[in-house]
Amino acid sequence: MSKLVALCPECEAEIDLQNRLVGEIVYCPDCNAELEVTNLEQPAVALAPRVEEDWGE
Amino acid sequence: MSQVRVAIVGGSGYTAGELLRLLLFHPQVEIAQVASSSHAGQYVHSLHPNLRKLCGLRLCHYDDLSTCDVIFLCMPHGTAMQAIERYRNLAPVVIDLSADFRLRSPDLYLRWYGKEHPQPELLAQAVYGLPELHRQELREAALISGTGCMATAAILGLAPLYRAGLVDQGLPLVVDAKVGSSAAGATPGPGSHHPDRSGAVRSFQPTGHRHSAELIQELGALAGVGGSWRQTLAFSATAVELVRGVLVTAQVFLNTDLDEKVIWRLYREAYREEPFIRLVKERSGVYRYPEPKILAGSNYCDIGFELDTDQRRLVVMAALDNLVKGAAGNAVQALNCRFGWDETLGLTFPGLHPI
Ligand SMILES: NC(=O)c1ccc[n+]([C@@H]2O[C@H](COP(=O)([O-])OP(=O)(O)OC[C@H]3O[C@@H](n4cnc5c(N)ncnc54)[C@H](OP(=O)(O)O)[C@@H]3O)[C@@H](O)[C@H]2O)c1
Ligand SMILES: [Zn+2]
Repeated sequence: MSKLVALCPECEAEIDLQNRLVGEIVYCPDCNAELEVTNLEQPAVALAPRVEEDWGE
Repeated sequence: MSQVRVAIVGGSGYTAGELLRLLLFHPQVEIAQVASSSHAGQYVHSLHPNLRKLCGLRLCHYDDLSTCDVIFLCMPHGTAMQAIERYRNLAPVVIDLSADFRLRSPDLYLRWYGKEHPQPELLAQAVYGLPELHRQELREAALISGTGCMATAAILGLAPLYRAGLVDQGLPLVVDAKVGSSAAGATPGPGSHHPDRSGAVRSFQPTGHRHSAELIQELGALAGVGGSWRQTLAFSATAVELVRGVLVTAQVFLNTDLDEKVIWRLYREAYREEPFIRLVKERSGVYRYPEPKILAGSNYCDIGFELDTDQRRLVVMAALDNLVKGAAGNAVQALNCRFGWDETLGLTFPGLHPI
């Protein structure tokens, strides 16, 4: 069985997509990026849009 | 295998206290003696109160040390070297946490410590006790040096880049180190008086810090330039409002255009198998980069980075507890290497959160 693994577009960590659905939000274990599962045939994820944090000046 | 018997010298100091805290829970080690020049006769827990009910030993005079398997020296610079032959006669393995045997080159020592080293032949024999870089040599070592706390963070943070030849050595390497008060040791002075030290953000060594020499030695070796380091190294140190902790922020310029993912790959490959190095670089949240606060008491060195693509400038952050990965914990890890044990023995405490 081929591994259902995509690479994080931010840091290239392996993202396990076992038991995931297209459109589901998952998190990168290394860089904590919020990722949307875009394809399970050819496993792929995309960065979900994020709200910028304001750390002040 | 029977227990390895260790002695600790400079017993009233902070790094000695940390060694005791760690070694009391080390499954292969028995603490045979703890020697003190100032507190002989007193109980260990009267100086290291966290060890009450854990250690019934009393401190002995340096003169009363007897033979054992390993001696840890936890004294100020220049003290260990005065009696090093005596300690080497007492134990086949000596681990000196001071700076006396960190540098291989007598010239480098003279340049940064301002005097000739009295035992240059021992400098050549000693091993710089950073397991991540010198694991193999440590297995055979009879004289192991501890490492500078800020140097450890900087070297671990920068090593993958120098090893891969990615640094533009024609441009400066700028290293800013922030450090807590315990790095100055247990002996009080005007600078550590509470009303003056508390709340301080104090530039105490903007230039000329001796840890620079350790960077030159170790990063130079990785870069293959050995003793002929030419890159401008701008190291500065600032005391901040922490008891434990070092945060190094290093700025290097890369010699090629790189994507951040390549840097991720480089660091992942360099440190995947390292039990005490963690990569910390998150897109969101509070702990996005290394933070010494949550490392207190642990042997981790957390490393993160951020690339300024336009300038090829890479900012590398590295954090650790100066008394643990920056001193006693790292020395225990070196001991584990020396005896071929699992490197994590005695070092599994994960730190606290919140703290
Ligand atoms: N603190 C850190 O974060 C750190 C990190 C890395 C490396 N180191 C190095 O580790 C060594 C020990 O550091 P430390 O922080 O444990 O220092 P410390 O708290 O000041 O302890 C040093 C101990 O050395 C003994 N000593 C012997 N001769 C002495 C003398 N002439 N003056 C003062 N003390 C003397 C004293 O213990 P007795 O009176 O009980 O013998 C003293 O408590 C130093 O060389 C330091 O550079 C420290
Ligand atoms: Zn990621």
